Amino acid sequence: MEARLCLIFFLLPILSFLSLSDAHDLQIVNAERRIDLTSHIVKVFLTFKVENTGTSPASEFLLAFPPAQADHLALVKAAVATGKKKKKTYIPLDVNPTELPDAPNGAKFASISLKNPLNAGETATFEVLLELTHSLEPFPAEISQSESQLVYYHDSAIILSPYFIKQQTTFIKTPSTRVESFSRVDPTNRVGTELKYGPYADRAPYSFSPIIIHFENNNPFAVVEELVREIEVSHWGSLQITEHYKLAHAGARHKGVFSRVEYQSRPTISGISSFKHLLALLPPRVHSVYYRDEIGNISSSHLRSDSRKSELEIEPRYPLFGGWKATFVIGYGLPLQDFLFESPDGRRYVNFSFGCPLLETVVDKLTIKVVLPEGSQDPSAEVPFPVEQHLETSYSYLDVVGRTVVVLEKTNVVPEQNTPFQVYYTFKPFFMLAEPLMLASAFFLFFVACVAYLHMDFSISKS
Amino acid sequence: IRNGGKSDSVNGHKSGSNQSPSLKSDLISPTMFNLKTLKLKTKQQELLIRVTILCLVYVLAFITRLFSVLRYESMIHEFDPCFNYRTTLFLTQKGFYGFWNWFDSESWYPLGRIIGDTLYPGLMVTAALMYWTLRFLRFAVHIREVCVLGAPFFASNTTLVAYFFGKEIGDLGFRGRPCGSCTDSDLPWLHLEIRSYDNEGVAIFALLLTFYLFVKAVNTGSLAWALASAFGYFYMVSAWGGYVFIINLVPLYVMVLLITGRYSMRLYVAYNCMYVLGMLLAMQIRFVGFQHVQSGEHMAAMGVFFLLQVFYFLDWVKHMLSDTKLFQAFLRITVTTAVVVGVVALGALQLGISHHGRAASTLLLDPTYAKDHIPIIASVSEHQPTAWSSFMFDFHSLLFLFPAGLYFCFKRLSDATIFLVMYGLTSMYFAGVMVRLILVATPAVCLISAIAVSATIKNLTRLVRAKNKVPSTGSSKGASSTKSSSKASLDQSLPFQRNGAIALLVGAFYLLSKYATHCTWVTSEAYSSPSIVLAARGAYGNRVIFYDYREAYFWLRQNTPPDAKVMSWWDYGYQITAMGNRTVIVDNNTWNNTHIATVGRAMSSYEDEAYEIMRSLDVDYVLVVFGGVTGYSSDDINKFLWMVRIGGGVFPVIKEPDYLVNGEYRVDKGAAPKMLNCLMYKLSYYRFGELMTEYGKPPGYDRARGVEIGNKDVKLEYLEEVFTTSNWIVRIYKVKPPNNRW
Repeated sequence: MEARLCLIFFLLPILSFLSLSDAHDLQIVNAERRIDLTSHIVKVFLTFKVENTGTSPASEFLLAFPPAQADHLALVKAAVATGKKKKKTYIPLDVNPTELPDAPNGAKFASISLKNPLNAGETATFEVLLELTHSLEPFPAEISQSESQLVYYHDSAIILSPYFIKQQTTFIKTPSTRVESFSRVDPTNRVGTELKYGPYADRAPYSFSPIIIHFENNNPFAVVEELVREIEVSHWGSLQITEHYKLAHAGARHKGVFSRVEYQSRPTISGISSFKHLLALLPPRVHSVYYRDEIGNISSSHLRSDSRKSELEIEPRYPLFGGWKATFVIGYGLPLQDFLFESPDGRRYVNFSFGCPLLETVVDKLTIKVVLPEGSQDPSAEVPFPVEQHLETSYSYLDVVGRTVVVLEKTNVVPEQNTPFQVYYTFKPFFMLAEPLMLASAFFLFFVACVAYLHMDFSISKS
Repeated sequence: IRNGGKSDSVNGHKSGSNQSPSLKSDLISPTMFNLKTLKLKTKQQELLIRVTILCLVYVLAFITRLFSVLRYESMIHEFDPCFNYRTTLFLTQKGFYGFWNWFDSESWYPLGRIIGDTLYPGLMVTAALMYWTLRFLRFAVHIREVCVLGAPFFASNTTLVAYFFGKEIGDLGFRGRPCGSCTDSDLPWLHLEIRSYDNEGVAIFALLLTFYLFVKAVNTGSLAWALASAFGYFYMVSAWGGYVFIINLVPLYVMVLLITGRYSMRLYVAYNCMYVLGMLLAMQIRFVGFQHVQSGEHMAAMGVFFLLQVFYFLDWVKHMLSDTKLFQAFLRITVTTAVVVGVVALGALQLGISHHGRAASTLLLDPTYAKDHIPIIASVSEHQPTAWSSFMFDFHSLLFLFPAGLYFCFKRLSDATIFLVMYGLTSMYFAGVMVRLILVATPAVCLISAIAVSATIKNLTRLVRAKNKVPSTGSSKGASSTKSSSKASLDQSLPFQRNGAIALLVGAFYLLSKYATHCTWVTSEAYSSPSIVLAARGAYGNRVIFYDYREAYFWLRQNTPPDAKVMSWWDYGYQITAMGNRTVIVDNNTWNNTHIATVGRAMSSYEDEAYEIMRSLDVDYVLVVFGGVTGYSSDDINKFLWMVRIGGGVFPVIKEPDYLVNGEYRVDKGAAPKMLNCLMYKLSYYRFGELMTEYGKPPGYDRARGVEIGNKDVKLEYLEEVFTTSNWIVRIYKVKPPNNRW
């Protein structure tokens, strides 16, 4: 048994070397990484300058992630910048997760399809944005009301990559100057809120050098554990949206006493990591907004709207401390013409934004239910990123056959993913009349029955 | 006899219908000229107008109850309705059998409560049926909406029943406008119920329905109506404990009819059918069960039932025995045996009666009983004797119309009016004893006053119409001649008679419209402010609303372990279970006095003693309501003496004088030492001493009581503060686990 294990361990590097041989055609000339730790969503900006040192043109570039990071990876975006500084425009590139069967230590990959295959000897520059959620680990895990929140961030000082990297630097930005500790991988330098790792030269593929940064982060760790958005389409002119939130503070857990005196009298020190406001960005021309929960209306909300956007500021019933939860529902109506269109092939489609309208929040599990009007057929959804889809039937007022519901599910959603998606379907306008006709005939029958009753004699004995 | 009954009823109807068209045409005389062109027959006109008025009143009765829904929200906020809502929700989710067999472990920890056996399910079943029907008709309503709008809906139905009741009584000519006024005047009592998705909402409907059907049965002697009234009674029993009122009033009424010599076959049929069937049906409700034949409250009905049989039997014997002497001898023997048997039976039954649950009804007969013996009943504000002002507030002009109505009732005595008079008088008595029972009295007061109004208007319009043919000057002088008009009505030939009548009519309408305004005002101001949302005036005169209760309940719901047990005074029990979804030690169903006393004892003990009690009850959290910051006066400190009394009633360790200084209850420096250090004081004022509540006052100034508190340095050893709402109204403490011994 042991011998076999040894053999496997011995073989692994060789195998990986063989399979990745084509990857070695590329090498990274210069890599710069900027990690933004100011909020609870970790944003990593990578700039790669890649050179093809092989003989054949390369059309793919691989990004590697340690498995721990891959689980928290919410978003990978790549783009090529063209033009000079002022007229800089970004052309997005396709990114697809890929599996390499023999990746070392379970590393995960995403492949970026380059727009033009990189010929031998050519270089290309592109930028990558990664967003990681739940990557800041609170330490101490439990804090009292007067303490501020300290978190760990784990990463590698050297960019994990299947390619040889000639030169690389990493900048890490922390929210405040209070950094308890950080690992040193020389050269390491700290100025103000910025930590600099590197430059490091000539690192072999899959080099890894773990670092830990322990710093203060009092930003609201607002995590929506579950969000169900129901978008109900009515061809009578409105789009009704109902959003069910399960909000939690995912930072360091609150321990012990919650004192209202302290919280009220010393707002700057007391409960500094807690939050009590949230801002939701809603589409313009929103109407009949409500904000409530299972036990009734929550009074504390403000709506500001102008022609471009509406901002809804909400306050949960109580300030959220670490580990505290709040569930609530936000609902609003929108004019249909802003969101329902007819496609050239005669089908209709709803164009609405994916993701959570709350700013700076992570959604662990997002379910979008598009409730199409009764009688609509052939629904299909187009979403810019992979989601799980299935169909359901729901019943609302006066429904007989039920409404088709397109259900889209995605985990780990970040605000960057608030991009539009479309649901196509066919619908005959006649169905709009079905329900009014039903009501009218029901009333008609009722009155006919009344008339009939008044004109008939039901008595048993003739008197 | 049967024939007689029938002819009687026919007569009654005839007289009614004879008068109504004439009255009708009088009342609509101003509009007559317009209507003439339409060429409707008088009867059609009458029907049209009556239906229209009824519909309008129905709608009005519904919408006046929507004040709180519109002003606040569609929500269940009161104490009892919270429980009703929770059980209804359970019923719709688990089905009827699940509901019937429900053992609720979330309340009365660790005892629990068998819901199916300890509640009147009428309301929940009604709401659930409405919900299921709407669902079946594809109306995707939420059960909460059904519950919130169910109360106004039933109030409207009650007005409808009241109209029919009035019509049934009305050989007085209740038609058209009087009916409108009658139903108009129903407004206030229905307003009383507005706040609640509560038992009473359905119960008043059922009560009036039963009375209406019973009176109808007595009037017609028909088995069908008696049967219907038995079912009405069943519905009432299933809805509210107040059914005892019916089962005592109806026999009393029968007794009075017997005494006044109005015994008839109609009465015999109606009562027997109603009582026997009603009893059998009522026993199907598990909360009532065999009490219906065992407990003293129901004995009167049974006694009257036997009495009726005796009456009938005597009638029969009298019919058989032609000799009067023989009959008298027979009578003597039967009466003696009957009395002996009755006494023995009653004694035997009394032994088997449990005395539980009779406190509230004992209170009705002896208003001072509770004050001396059962603090828990006396502590409920709903059980207080009614203040004179609240009569005035609720009834307004009806208070003066009521005696007038009684006069008219006596003037035209019939079986139905006797019933109404008795209903009015008894319920007025009960309303005087207990605030809550104003509810029961209102329909009677409304009906009787409506009789007064309709009779007055009828007489006046007759005067106006009689003089109509004679050309006369305008009514401008009318106002000056009001005084003379009363005399004028006596003497047909007096001048200004018509003017006087018109003036009085105008006055009556003015009174009625004033009354309607008052009702609307009462509804919107007094009965539409939910107790869970507190409103106050801010410093700049703006309205400030405190959502603290729900803030706390929601916090409990979200941030405590699902099996946490919360100890609070029993007032908040239902709300904590319904809104906070957590187990409570005691709640508003005050069935176990000892348990409540234990909580009262814990609240009034020193912290270490209280800790022992709380440990033994497995308490995880303690919730207190505190109004010192906002000036909210019905908080736990103000209720505290009741806790002491109730606690002391069971545990003599707790003595009320310990908390008082010279018989005075105070919380400032001069307070009793035990008061300053008991758990309730500590929990209410923990860290309050650091807070500035009002400008120019020392820190720790209690705004609810207007004093600076006596113990500003409150230290807690066994509990810790875990949550206080933004206005400090609700404070929640966690009971610490025991210290490590090493």
